[in-house]
Order: sequence, then structure tokens, then C-alpha cells
Amino acid sequence: MRIRLAAAAALALTMTACTPSTSAPSAAPSDGGARTGTLKVWLFDEPNRAPKEAVVKDAVAEFTAAHPDTKVDVAYLAVDTRSERFKGAFNDPASAPDVVEYGNTDLPEYAAAGGLADLGPAVGAWPEGADLSADAKASATYQGTLLGVPWYLGVRALYYRTDVFGELGLKPPTSQAELTTAAHTIRAKKPELFGIAVGGKYTFGALPFVWDAGGDITSINSAQSRAGLKAYTDLLKPDNCPPQQCADLTGGKTVELFASGKAGMAIIGNFNRAAVDAGAAKGKYAVVPLPGSKPGSIAPAFAGGNNLGIMKNSQRPALAADFLTLLASKKYQSKMYAAMGNLPTLKAARAEVAGQDPFLAPFLSTIDAGTKFVPLDPGWGKIDAQAVLPTMIEKVATGKSTVEAATDEAAKAISAALGK
Amino acid sequence: MTTALPAVRARPRRRVWTPLWLLLPAAVVLGTLFVYPMWQLGLLSVLDFRQAQVSGGQPTRFVGLANYTQLFGDARFWSVLGATVFFAAACVVATLAVGAGLAVLLTRISRVPRLLLSLAAMAAWAVPAVSGSTVWMFLFDTNLGLVNQALGATGFNWMYGRYTAFALVGAVVVWHSFPFVMVTLYAGIEAIPKSTLEAAAIDGASTWRTFWQIMVPILRPLLAIVVIQSIIWDFKVFTQIYVMTRGGGIAGQNLTLNVWAYQQAFAASEYGLGAAIGVVMMVILLVVTLLYLRTLRRSGEPL
Repeated sequence: MRIRLAAAAALALTMTACTPSTSAPSAAPSDGGARTGTLKVWLFDEPNRAPKEAVVKDAVAEFTAAHPDTKVDVAYLAVDTRSERFKGAFNDPASAPDVVEYGNTDLPEYAAAGGLADLGPAVGAWPEGADLSADAKASATYQGTLLGVPWYLGVRALYYRTDVFGELGLKPPTSQAELTTAAHTIRAKKPELFGIAVGGKYTFGALPFVWDAGGDITSINSAQSRAGLKAYTDLLKPDNCPPQQCADLTGGKTVELFASGKAGMAIIGNFNRAAVDAGAAKGKYAVVPLPGSKPGSIAPAFAGGNNLGIMKNSQRPALAADFLTLLASKKYQSKMYAAMGNLPTLKAARAEVAGQDPFLAPFLSTIDAGTKFVPLDPGWGKIDAQAVLPTMIEKVATGKSTVEAATDEAAKAISAALGK
Repeated sequence: MTTALPAVRARPRRRVWTPLWLLLPAAVVLGTLFVYPMWQLGLLSVLDFRQAQVSGGQPTRFVGLANYTQLFGDARFWSVLGATVFFAAACVVATLAVGAGLAVLLTRISRVPRLLLSLAAMAAWAVPAVSGSTVWMFLFDTNLGLVNQALGATGFNWMYGRYTAFALVGAVVVWHSFPFVMVTLYAGIEAIPKSTLEAAAIDGASTWRTFWQIMVPILRPLLAIVVIQSIIWDFKVFTQIYVMTRGGGIAGQNLTLNVWAYQQAFAASEYGLGAAIGVVMMVILLVVTLLYLRTLRRSGEPL
């Protein structure tokens, strides 16, 4: 009961926190600000932070050695509550940091709030900046302004069980049709396994199918998008992954299923490798790019990842840019890969780590085949928060609604969110 | 909610200043903690207020009742409201039945079992809602859960059907809230003069009759508090639904008003709309509470 009271009190406090007071964003000093003093940095906390912290410490040591009379104050934000912290920082310039790490899907929301500084000039003057791919830069650009430097990428590909495939005489699928056949074969021959683990709440597992069919989030009720959605929801059937068990699976749950040896295949990211290796599937899997419907093609993956940015309110933008470009340099991107498995965004750094680790090859071919992104619009946050796409997938998967009706409903919600 | 409190206490028969002075500290606390947030909530609900307005990107606009019109025009709102009322009513009835039943049981068992039952109830009460819900989710997991294994129903997803999901979440809500009812009513029953119960026993009243005609009338004020508390808590249930159905269940079939408000309004930074939903919930709760208090008064029992 105490807990409930506390929750009610917290709710009441949250509400007072949203009092209709607004703050005008203060202008940054045009001369680049002071070159000395304390730089405040916000990075994301991780389940296993120690290796990340060690790399960042190295970077800070290198930075303070090169910049006399400076201090770098690094704070690690919990990912779950980042949105509140960022909104708070936008609203209260005095407590705002200088350099921030943020998820690339959060960009439009932060940009629309007017919180991030234009990095165009700083990246233009940074020799390694030219090494960023166009796709990567586009994912950090909002309405023509570069508001972040992509720091690392995460893409998903198809993990499959080599032992199961070998036993059943299957070959890694190179087309969607082969993928479906393989999934059905596994389920039929080994009913205790799901052919491919798919989930109704796994948006980034479903989107590659939509994108591959030529559809997109902004035209979710087009014939192409519907075909893609149907291809995905057809996998949520008793002959592969029964809706009873799969309709409410999130992406994380499909990773768990594959890791615990309950699925023959799954769409999993390079960043989930440690989770898979911690389970029963360790040493019994391989990875290929998720195939598209055309034989030999690769379905476009969602280009997830994190950016580094500078807050508009920063009083030391020049110093902040120096630290940001150091952290985003090839040297520290490679170190960050070694420490955390974060896929570098700089082509040179990527080539280096690819040479060392053959595991990355399918993910890198996926990136090279072209990646897609969610709409760069503050409305995306709303679409995500209102669970528009999972609801659509689940309605089709459970037979509550037809593909046509579910996509029309989702299209209405999406255009309302993007149009406002 | 707490507006009932000053009404009960502040009933000066004679116009003297002393009671007012004595009420002042309570009034200050309640004023800051409740009146000010409520005022802010009401104010927000008539404004166009989103993240862009909070951070100063766009000016704040007065939109009158536009947020309310949008809300009442949304078919989803009515279906979620219906589900919430039904779910809350079922939870209140179940909580009271379980709580009252166990309170009576506590008065009839010997010391050791009483201690064990109290401890078990206290443990359920002490578990934070998030952890409790998560543990229940483990127990009822589709493939690995203990319950499904015991029932031999591995592969049965409790969250797939709308009603099984509501029933499971309801069970957890009751599990979290019955100890309060039980402890309160137990204390009340213990305070009933033994002579009254003895007199009833001598007159040959059955247990059932003693409960309904002796205990319940004496416990009426306590029951009023327990019922109102339960209505408020269960109508506002958030954590259990949010955690157990992963934010509203398959295709949103298990949304309740609070979770829906969070999803539609606060997570999506539509603070004006969210405040309007909050105001609607508050009005509903006030009306229900006032109606309940009135029925109690009508039946002639002073509170």
C-alpha cells in the first residue's frame, strides 16, 4: 500500500513537474566559448559498463593531456529514463551537459525540441569526418542539419542453428521462400522448436519484410507494405511460431528463445551476440544476412545505433567538439568495438574490425546492401509510444483483423502522428 | 480523494477560531500536496501543451475543451473506460471477499497458524508491485512457468486471451491489496466487545448470521474506508497491467485507463491530453466516492 501511495505521490510530483512554464533556449557563444573548465558528458549506462568506462577514461586522459586546465565530468544515464533527463536538460540550460550520447531514433524529438547544436562545421573541419558513410550521416541529419556524429551501429541479421540445419540437411536460406521452407521443415521435423522465432511486438524484425517488399512506415497501407506485412505475419502461424506463443513476443524474447535453444532461426542483432553465447545455442549457430524475397538479395535492415551530439546550450561548444571528435575517432571506435562489440561507423575502423572478426561479415554485408530508418520526424516517438506497429502486427497475427483493415488503421494513426 | 477528510473533521458546531487554527497545518500540507497539483492538472488539460511547448519551441495555446472533445470522440477511450470499470469492480469485490474472509479466519485459528498467515500476508504486502508482477509472470510463463508445468499445460499462454489475461492480472492485484483489508478488518473485529458476540452466541445465532448482523454493522466505518481505498487503487491500477501485459496486452486488449493515458499522452509527450484523461479519472473517482458515502449516510450510520 505504501508503494501505491508512493506511486501516487510520484505521479503527483510528475504532474507538478510539467507546469506550463517554458524556457527559451539560450544562444550558444558564437566564438566557441571558453577553452578551459569542466566539460559535462552524458553517456548511456550499459548492463556491463566497466569496459565502456575504461575506454572512456582513456579518452578523457588523452583529452585532458592535450587541453590544459580542462576537466571532463562523465555521467552514465539509465537508458529507460533518458527521455526525462534529456527533456529536463533542454528545459533547464544551467544543468545541461555539453556532449551527449543519444539513440538515433530519438534524434527528431530532441531536434524538434531545439536542444541539439548544428555539427556541420565541426564535422567538416574534422579530418576523419569524411570517412562517415552517407547512410550514417543521413541517420543523424534532421531537416538538412547534421545534429550528431554516428558513434556506433547495430544491425540485425539471421542467426541459425548449424546443428539443426545439418541434421535436417538444410542450407542457410538465400531467399524469403527458402527461409519459409526451412522454418516449416524445422517445425515439422522437430516440433519442440520454432522454425524462426518471430514476435508480434518485434517491430524491427517485421520492418525488413515490409521494406524488402518496397513498402515503408509512411505508406503502411500500400500494396507493397501489405505484402511485406503478410510475409511476416504468415510466419506467425502454427506451422512455424503459433500465435498463442508468439503474438506477444518482443525482440528481446526472440533472442532469449534462440539463445535457450528453442528456435531454429531468429532475427538478432550483432549487439546480442553475448546474450546468445550465454545460452544453450553457444557454439551451435552461424549468421547470414536476412534474405529478401528476390533470390540472393538482402532484406534492408533497420540501422539502429547511437550518436554523439553537442547540446545547443553548451557554453564550451569548441571544446565539446574536440572531445566529441576524439571519442568518435577511429582509434576509440576500434577500442569501443573491442570493449563492447559496438560496430564502428567510420569506414576505416569498420574495415579494421571486420578483418579481425569474421563474425561481423554478414552484418557488414547487410549494411553495405543498404539500411533503412524510421521516419525522421518527432512524430515517430509518438508512433513508438502508442505501439501502433506492434498493435497492427498483433491484430493480423491473432486474426482479430485482416491485413487491409489493420494497415488502414495503422496508417491513420501514423499520418495523425506525423502530420501534427 | 482526500477532500472527504476535512469535511469529516471540520464540522464546527459553534463558531470558534480554535478548530480552524488546529486545522491549519493539515490545510497547508493538503493545499500544497493536492490542491496545487490538481489546479495544474486542470490548467494543463485546457492547453495545447506538448514537448515543443515545454522546451519553448512553440508558444503555449489555450484550446478550451478541445482535449476533452478529442478524448470523448475517440471510440477507444470508451472501450478502455468500460474495461477499466469492469476490471476495477471485479478486483474490489474479490479483494474485499478475500480480505474479509481471511480476517474472520484469523480470529478463529490458534496462534501459530495466525502468525504464519499474517506473515504471509505481510510478505505479499511488502513486495514492490513491479517485483511481484514479474515473479508472477515467471510462474505463469508460457513455456517455462511452474504453473503450466504443474498443470501439464506447457505452451498455454495466459496472456493470449483477453479474459485469462485480465483474470491473472486481477489475481495479482488482489494478492497485493488484500493484506490491507485483512489487517484493518481483523483489528476491527478484535475491537468488537466479546460480550456482544457472546450474547449473539447465547441467542443461538449462526456464524453466518453473527457475521452479517453483528460484525458488519459494527465494522461499517472501517468497511467504508476499505471500500473507498480499494475502489481508488483498483481504478488507478497501473504497474501490474503495465508489467504483466507488457504495456496493454496483445493488440492493446488489456489496456486500462491509466496505462492508456500513459501510453497515449505522457510517453507521447501530449501533456494536455494526458491531463484531460487525468481530470476525467479524478471526476469519476470523486463521484463514485461521494455516491458511496451518501448511501452510507442514508442508511443511518454516522461516520
